[in-house]
Amino acid sequence: METKRLVFIGVGGQGNLLASRLVGEAAMSMGIPAVVSEIHGMAQRGGIVESAVLLGDVTSPIVSTAEADVLIGFEPLETLRAMGKCNKDTVVITNTHPLPPFTVSVGQGTYPQVDESLDLIKKKAKKLIALDGIAIAEEVGNPLALNMVMLGALIGSGTIPIGAEDMKKVLSTSTKKAFLESNLKAFDLGMEKAQ
Amino acid sequence: MHKLLTDSPGEKMLLLGNEAIARGALEAGVAFATCYPGTPSSEIPENFFKISQESDLYFEYSTNEKVALEVGAGSAIAGLRTMVTMKHVGLNVAADPLMTLAYTGIKGGMVIINADDPFLFSSQNEQDNRYYARLSSLPMLEPTNVQEMKDMTIAAFDLSEELGLPVIIRTTTRLNHIRGDVLLGELKPVKTKDTFEKKPFHWVCVPAVSRNLHKLLLERYDKSAEKSDNLSYNQIIGEGKWGLVTNGVSFNYVRDAVSDLGISDKVSILKLGFSWPMPKDLCVKFLKQVEKVLVVEELEPVNETDLKAIAQEEGIDISIRGKGIAGLSRLFEYDPGMVRKAVAQYFEMDYKAPETVDTSDTPELPGRPPNLCAGCPHRATYYCVKQVYGPDAIYPTDIGCYTLGLLPPISMADFVICMGSSVSSGCGFSKATDQKVVSFIGDSTFFHSGITGLVNAVHNNHKFTLVILDNGTTAMTGHQPHPGVDTDPMGVDLTRISIENLVRGLGVKDIHIVKPFKLKKTIEAVKASMEYDGLSVIISQEMCPLFAKATGQFKKSKPFHVNHNKCKNHRDCINLLACPAMYLDGEQVEIDKNLCIGCSVCAQVCPENAILPLKE
Ligand SMILES: Cc1ncc(C[n+]2csc(CCOP(=O)(O)OP(=O)(O)O)c2C)c(N)n1
Ligand code: SF4
Ligand code: SF4
Repeated sequence: METKRLVFIGVGGQGNLLASRLVGEAAMSMGIPAVVSEIHGMAQRGGIVESAVLLGDVTSPIVSTAEADVLIGFEPLETLRAMGKCNKDTVVITNTHPLPPFTVSVGQGTYPQVDESLDLIKKKAKKLIALDGIAIAEEVGNPLALNMVMLGALIGSGTIPIGAEDMKKVLSTSTKKAFLESNLKAFDLGMEKAQ
Repeated sequence: MHKLLTDSPGEKMLLLGNEAIARGALEAGVAFATCYPGTPSSEIPENFFKISQESDLYFEYSTNEKVALEVGAGSAIAGLRTMVTMKHVGLNVAADPLMTLAYTGIKGGMVIINADDPFLFSSQNEQDNRYYARLSSLPMLEPTNVQEMKDMTIAAFDLSEELGLPVIIRTTTRLNHIRGDVLLGELKPVKTKDTFEKKPFHWVCVPAVSRNLHKLLLERYDKSAEKSDNLSYNQIIGEGKWGLVTNGVSFNYVRDAVSDLGISDKVSILKLGFSWPMPKDLCVKFLKQVEKVLVVEELEPVNETDLKAIAQEEGIDISIRGKGIAGLSRLFEYDPGMVRKAVAQYFEMDYKAPETVDTSDTPELPGRPPNLCAGCPHRATYYCVKQVYGPDAIYPTDIGCYTLGLLPPISMADFVICMGSSVSSGCGFSKATDQKVVSFIGDSTFFHSGITGLVNAVHNNHKFTLVILDNGTTAMTGHQPHPGVDTDPMGVDLTRISIENLVRGLGVKDIHIVKPFKLKKTIEAVKASMEYDGLSVIISQEMCPLFAKATGQFKKSKPFHVNHNKCKNHRDCINLLACPAMYLDGEQVEIDKNLCIGCSVCAQVCPENAILPLKE
């Protein structure tokens, strides 16, 4: 199959590591070769957390500069910061709900206007899918479901050969019962937004 | 049941590299495992810790890496299959036992997992521990993917028993933290006890014995060299004239580069999986079949140098290069794009790298460094100490979450090189200057290597203040226990060592136990330490809230909010504490009630009493 290189970018605690792992699980369940790459450690204390999924006939666990096919950003500032991973054919999916870093709270630097960031991203990427993942997560009554929304949007974007049913099967086996319903709802809403 | 105990050979599982190592050890019948945690190795012992609670495996978090290796040595010399895990700098701590354990060798298979960290994702340096294999003459294996992490672990146990030597497996962060498909094998039965055989003229390394043992080590080394020539982990792939030599994670970059550039028929790849001793015959064969060679290895030019030496010996006159070609540097990690470019450039191919989008119009973006969590007790302790000692005192610090005290507005980290250095360097700073010195050390780090420094401080009459940040866990690396922790909530019954008794026993006279969320009392204690003419120790006790939550020990308090009628906007809260639960809404400070854990520290800092618990 054609190689797909996905980069997930988020902030410690947002759950992007789980999202990338679930994509890996889904790929594996379909017999698609997958490598998932995560970095644990220091960055998880509120810093930037990056993960990657490579599907198809590649074994390198890193996506180099300019080589992402899809960039999935969990926070708009971090999506903009990670644009170096993109080329003119990259599809960018981003949550629009800002999570200002504490450097901004203490007055070192200003947080860029979300609209302006999205405009900048739109100009560069082949396609931008922007959605307020936090609003959706709150709508389904599970503020931690941002990663499910983003997964839904990724599947909805049609950029990878993993279908909604395969993804949901993996979600169902790897989520706690109490959250399953809201997670699946968040997933569906994310998918709708991206289609 | 723990997923790594799944007894279904032939099945595939998506595993983290570190889980694959743990699984490999279980498939090899590991009976005994020790470690001191350290990113990127920590998930191996995390799994062992849980597995040991439901199987015959003996596992312990040892006090430090030297201890871990020595405990493991006892087990392996008695005859049990033993694994010891650590991060790369941990092997510096364990280097002393390592070098002479290589002389004695072992009886039960012993595998040492050494996790290097190119790019320093979570480390104080990026040293290349392949040199330790050379220094100790011990065999080293370097897996290239998750499946190999499992398979090589099993092979390493067998090899270790066959050679009578500990075997080092070297990984790098990328490998420890990738996930991939792993084909499971059978779980081997575990031998949990054996009998130690007395052989003082072998096991007791006095000079007369060690002279013989050194000879024995060299014989074993020769035997491992034969093995490395014949084991399939070392391999020549392809028959082309362009030579590529690679190891570890870089193998993937090379493989992908060759396929992306469509040059499979032009290249020969020498893959070094059993990388020390170098498979000399295989290297010679390789050097003879190619016209020029590019060595792709992260960090130091180790294979490059050795290959040049082999070529020289064999009179093979071809160009062998590595460092300095395109972006191939001794610094940091490699990546697929970088390696593709280097291969194309070295073999003089036309190649255009993919172009990144134009980011020149991106405004300057605010940074997002990691930060102490909302309600972290370290922040409160730092605040109190700074109130008393001010910004000009020297603050030697140590390694752990609290190293983040480096960042403003705390800005209280002046020097750190390695675990334990806060205490001993404090001795030096306080003698060599007339400045006040306050050293900070975490509880786990204190047990790891702070105690010896404190003994030194007492004995040599040093005068400074040591703050032990006792948050009841090893937080930075994922909340492991340590000797000062009450382990009952973690499901194991271990003996807890009181830091206070220990410090008292060492002869420290001026000791203060504080609760850092009680600012006034803490500040009083810090003042007393400053007035004391001698060595003071302040033990700041408050459990890490993340650990408390994870173990059901968290006492929920109401979150706080800013009362805007009272707030005069001096912003002491933000300028002095900057708890990440705080943010500015326009010009007004607000507290995110979802992040605030209700520690009340900001409320005590606010001079207007404007920060109050939220009434639901
Ligand atoms: C020799 C060595 N071993 C392990 C590590 C990894 N490491 C960094 S900090 C740390 C422990 C931190 O625990 P503690 O001192 O209790 O501080 P906390 O993170 O809880 O604040 C460890 C194990 C290291 N840097 N060096
Ligand atoms: S994990 Fe615990 S010790 Fe580390 S920064 Fe967070 S609260 Fe502090
Ligand atoms: S009470 Fe104040 S300092 Fe403590 S967690 Fe809440 S906002 Fe942060």
